[in-house]
Amino acid sequence: MKFFGKTKIDFIGKRRIAFAISSVIILAGIVSLVINQGPKYSIDFTGGVSMELELTPVAEGAQIIKVQEIRDALTNAGIEDAEIQEIKGKEGKQLVLIKTQAVGEMKDKTSTKVIDVIKQQFPDNVDPETLIRLQEEVGPKIGEELKGKAILAIFWALLGIILYIWWRFELTFGLAAVAALFHDVLITVGIFSLLGKEISLSIVAALLTIVGYSLNDTIVVFDRIREDLKLYRKESYGSVINYSINETLSRTIITSLTTFVVVLCLYIFGGSVIHDFAFALLVGVVVGTYSSIFVASPLMVEHFNKKEKKLGSRTKKKK
Amino acid sequence: MRNRKIRGLIILVVLLVTAYYFLPMVVPNLPSFWTTKRLKLGLDLQGGSQIQLEVDFTNSELSDKEREDAIKTAYEIIRNRIDQFGVAEPLIQRVANTNRIIIQLPGLKDPSRAKNLIGKTAMLEFKFVASSEQMQETYEAMDKFLQENIEKYEFMSEFVDADETEEVVDVLGSDEETDDESYENAMIFTDLTTSEEGMPLQIDYKHIAKLKSLLMDPEFVKNVPTGLQISLGKENKDDPYSARNIYILHKNAEITGTSLENAITKIGQGYTAKDKGPYIMLEFKKSGAKKFKNITGQNIGERLAIILDDIVFMAPTIESRIPDGQARITGNFTIEECHDLVIVLNAGSLPAPVNIIEERTVGPTLGSDSIKAGIMAALIGMIAVILFMMVYYKLSGLFADIAVTVNVAFIVAVMTMLEGTLTMPGIAGMILTIGMAVDANVIIFERIREYLAAGKTIRSAVDSGFNRALVTILDANITTLITALVLYQFGTGPIKGFAVTLSIGIVGSMFASIVLVKAIFDGLITNSAKDKLSI
Repeated sequence: MKFFGKTKIDFIGKRRIAFAISSVIILAGIVSLVINQGPKYSIDFTGGVSMELELTPVAEGAQIIKVQEIRDALTNAGIEDAEIQEIKGKEGKQLVLIKTQAVGEMKDKTSTKVIDVIKQQFPDNVDPETLIRLQEEVGPKIGEELKGKAILAIFWALLGIILYIWWRFELTFGLAAVAALFHDVLITVGIFSLLGKEISLSIVAALLTIVGYSLNDTIVVFDRIREDLKLYRKESYGSVINYSINETLSRTIITSLTTFVVVLCLYIFGGSVIHDFAFALLVGVVVGTYSSIFVASPLMVEHFNKKEKKLGSRTKKKK
Repeated sequence: MRNRKIRGLIILVVLLVTAYYFLPMVVPNLPSFWTTKRLKLGLDLQGGSQIQLEVDFTNSELSDKEREDAIKTAYEIIRNRIDQFGVAEPLIQRVANTNRIIIQLPGLKDPSRAKNLIGKTAMLEFKFVASSEQMQETYEAMDKFLQENIEKYEFMSEFVDADETEEVVDVLGSDEETDDESYENAMIFTDLTTSEEGMPLQIDYKHIAKLKSLLMDPEFVKNVPTGLQISLGKENKDDPYSARNIYILHKNAEITGTSLENAITKIGQGYTAKDKGPYIMLEFKKSGAKKFKNITGQNIGERLAIILDDIVFMAPTIESRIPDGQARITGNFTIEECHDLVIVLNAGSLPAPVNIIEERTVGPTLGSDSIKAGIMAALIGMIAVILFMMVYYKLSGLFADIAVTVNVAFIVAVMTMLEGTLTMPGIAGMILTIGMAVDANVIIFERIREYLAAGKTIRSAVDSGFNRALVTILDANITTLITALVLYQFGTGPIKGFAVTLSIGIVGSMFASIVLVKAIFDGLITNSAKDKLSI
């Protein structure tokens, strides 16, 4: 079976269109980021409380609790501005998501306070065995540290990649690859901002995974370009690179497809905990594949064309 | 030919080791020589609490060596407390080169008790309650201080205006009259509290946070009359919103926890509220008992407060000399509360306060939901990929599928061997690896197809396909490995798990697709004289 025979799609010729599309999407993300004053960070980075509680009625005649009732109870106990959200669980379970800044120092243990209030006010809906599904409280200090660590991690990953590609190819390949990675990360973060999704610790992990995946994809194309540039010395850079993209197209699509399918499974069946993580990967697989073809490789064409202008045509030089 | 033998041997060893560590996952009742190691589930899958503590040195002037000792002592004491708390397989770890300790409590459904237990400094002190004159003096001093510095304590401003026309209420019911003009409309601190029939003074639930802020403010504390301190009473567990007592105490502790020999929980059999229910029996060491005897003997009629971690548990009046070195702490205790207090009293007090700086709890329902969801996603994803590869690459696709399956078993086996922990992100990493693992084979197969289309023989197309693809696969995977390593370095718990499975998966997939699949191809080509390759 074969999806593609020999293709001769002119990717390089259409690179300006691709650049425009990328710019528009990135710009939309940046505008959203500016309006929202940066990404929406989760409590991993800001510090605070996040919990998922099960409040399915247990006592006879118990009612489903309204969000407003919970809000009132918490406000009375001095926990104001809590973000409360109802989610439908499996088998009619009533689940509630509560997020709030930590009140005072962690010594006061806001999360424990929330639990106490809920137990006190809604005893008919509390089964102590299953009440707490998720309870997270992060001190502001830890949040700041994690933010610093996340930025450092991305920095080291990118540096490591540039150095490796520099060693295996040449510096420009490394820079083009990293430019494509920036493209992928910017688009993913932008989409998260547009959809109002939070950037948590696991989303940073997803971003780094996207970096790894997109790079994997880019390297396979670059590897072909490196090979073909030696093979077809008389062709122009643009047409050799275009040829390389076409040659690897079938592999690019198949690998993206299998990866996309498994990540889709993770997104659909993987459960609430992993949902946003899987979503980031879904975006990443699509954007990462796109960027290897439409960003990284065309950037190399741009680079070679500039070099050619400076040093004279490669086809002439080789004669 | 020798190379092939070595390759065969390597494959055999890898497969045997994989089987050795993987099979216990799926086959029960293996012979006894089989490994007893099992893959551990992370707290996010089996449910439980993780709590990170920091030993707080902000108010101490310890040298580095003393700090190190203090952290070690804190670690030991917390371990003792947790051991007695009764959770199966708790894990307590110092975070290297920091003043932090991480505690993992598998299976815990509600962390509040554990947090209470851990966070207690367990400083037991006995202090005398101040006389009514000293109390009066303290209230006046604090009222005056707040009046003069009200701009610094904005949260107290609600008590300013209300007082203006009010007369001085003599909170302690003494006859003393005050002529101090400035004091007349400045009862900011006194108004924070409520007095019921004179003593003891109480504070409404809604104002407790304000009092706590005041007591944490060094400037405020400095202005408390010399030798005295303001302390808060214990909360009522049955009614957390009720008012709490407020005490003025002598700062000097008469006896501390160091004199304590032992503490035990007892259940009172009496009929009055005071004699009924659980209480704590304290037993002093010899020297402590002597001290206690003297103090009680010399101060009959005085009130002696029993304080644990700056909270006054009770302040009974001394009725007679207590000769046997035993004291009782009664109060509105629940049996759990009593039990936990006894644990901390016996484990000793912490050398410095500890703060909980991070806690994450996953309930058992979410944990089991996650496992089911993870396995479901992995199975469906794997079946989809396996079917696709068989349809697209036919027999060769089947070989790639063998490689993927071996790879998944390989990841689980290596994790088991290294005694790693499987977390939800770990499962995600494995699922992602399934998708990416076929990549190496796709690269190889596409090359072989190209070479076949260019008219090469099967033998040479396969050989050059593998050889040429090897470089690409190495370059592509090493860069992914770099990001996985960075993830491992940066990550905390679950993310580390993700990085580990991803890394093992990358290494495993390279082995499976380059070595294992090549061996199958070689065997196929040598043993059959086919002129067509199913690819």
